[in-house]
Amino acid sequence: MADQIGYSQKVMEHFMNPHNVGVIENPDGYGKVGNPVCGDLMEIFIRVRDDVIEDIRFRTFGCGSAIATSSMVTDLAKGKTLEEAMKITRDDVATELEGLPPRKMHCSNLAADALHAAIQDFREKQKKEATG
Amino acid sequence: MEERIYLDHAAAVPVHPGVARFCRQFPAGFAGNPSTIYQEGLAAQATVAGAREKVAALVGAWDPASIIFTSGATESNNIAVRGTALRNQKMGKRVVTSAIEHISVLNPAKDLQKNGFTFTQVPVDRFGVIDLDALAAAVMPETVVTSVHYANNEIGTIEPIREVAEIVHDRGGFLHVDATDAAGRIPIDVERDGIDLLTLSSNQLGGPDGVGALYIRPGVRVQPVIVGGGQERGLRPGTENVFGIACMGEAARLAKEEMPEESERLRGIRDRLIAGITGIEEAYLTGHPAERLPHHASFRFARIEGESIQLAMNMLGIAVATGSACTSRTLEASHVLLAIGLAHDEAHGSMVATLGRRNSLDEVSRVVSATRETVKRLRAITPL
Repeated sequence: MADQIGYSQKVMEHFMNPHNVGVIENPDGYGKVGNPVCGDLMEIFIRVRDDVIEDIRFRTFGCGSAIATSSMVTDLAKGKTLEEAMKITRDDVATELEGLPPRKMHCSNLAADALHAAIQDFREKQKKEATG
Repeated sequence: MEERIYLDHAAAVPVHPGVARFCRQFPAGFAGNPSTIYQEGLAAQATVAGAREKVAALVGAWDPASIIFTSGATESNNIAVRGTALRNQKMGKRVVTSAIEHISVLNPAKDLQKNGFTFTQVPVDRFGVIDLDALAAAVMPETVVTSVHYANNEIGTIEPIREVAEIVHDRGGFLHVDATDAAGRIPIDVERDGIDLLTLSSNQLGGPDGVGALYIRPGVRVQPVIVGGGQERGLRPGTENVFGIACMGEAARLAKEEMPEESERLRGIRDRLIAGITGIEEAYLTGHPAERLPHHASFRFARIEGESIQLAMNMLGIAVATGSACTSRTLEASHVLLAIGLAHDEAHGSMVATLGRRNSLDEVSRVVSATRETVKRLRAITPL
């Protein structure tokens, strides 16, 4: 539907009962994207062991799809290697959620970016430790 | 399962049962063509004339011919702003509106710039009341049309229309008032208020969608926005929507009759709702605390976003509105909430509850606790 406004059932499930909500104290990686002015702000915390995302948490300010995509990306990333997790795209998240309304595809589908930012943060910390 | 609670009458009002009963007299909606002179046509003419009288009576218009029927408030606003400005451009080429008008007033006003008009928006205070000093400075002798709504649909604030009218008429221009949300809820009198053009929507009165009306003070010249035949004094060509017009007329009659009692009843529910919801932590009323429409309660909540509030409330069986950018087609923050001085992030967290006939005092506690639960849940997720 070109003018679809409503959300899929999957989006509503994740919106009403989001998975992996919260923070990780002293995370191995932290990513933050969006800003409250635009109406969407997400942060993702990761715990990494042997190159695998062992634990992941998120907090999100935003609309239904912002919250649902955050929840979904944490599900998709958990247990994956960093390399696999880097390959998770915005489209993957939308597909797993059985689609998003067209106008939500860009503005409120930042969760994959937040995940990638967290992994990037982890890698930069590793680099610093190695060189420092 | 608990019954749903509908609190978005600003978006759509269920058809009044009295209107529905009245409309049943038209077999399958057939009502003839008023432009014909045989019996069916004459009956249709009489039907439209009856509706015109009822609509005129609602707003204190002494001459029913001053009412023309349109397809709704958007069209009425377009004819009022565009049609009046273009027809009278010898007076000057300026239009003025408040900063918080409906988009169907703002866009025709903006569009007039292509015809060489200067368009000025007048600011409002933090309650949404128009700045009368700024209005007095903005309206000039060359200002053909000034458009200020009777009340705002997002924050419920009622404007000081009589003071506005004095300023406008002092400069010699015409005052258009969009009364879509105010009509049938508070008394309107085009004579007392000094209104030259007034927009009305059928649905907001409890009539069907797709019909509206425009009051045009006798003597005020307007040109049509769409051109065709001579219906509605040539100002709104096209065969009349007789069925819709008849139903709108009845809605206007019932609204006038029921307004004193119904507005008082809604005001009571609204005040309880406002008291309950503003008791939630970091929840604030938007709009004017006293000068507001009797059915209108609007809020903002810090650190959470309006579309998620709307979705979560919906899951709890309650339909509310939000001015959140995320629910708009343009994904832009509400111009109304920005104009009353809210920052972008504050404007995202709004919730609007507009009451109607079916709402009752019993519903207030469920709405307040659902709001409380929703706010708590979303704040548990927010990083702010």
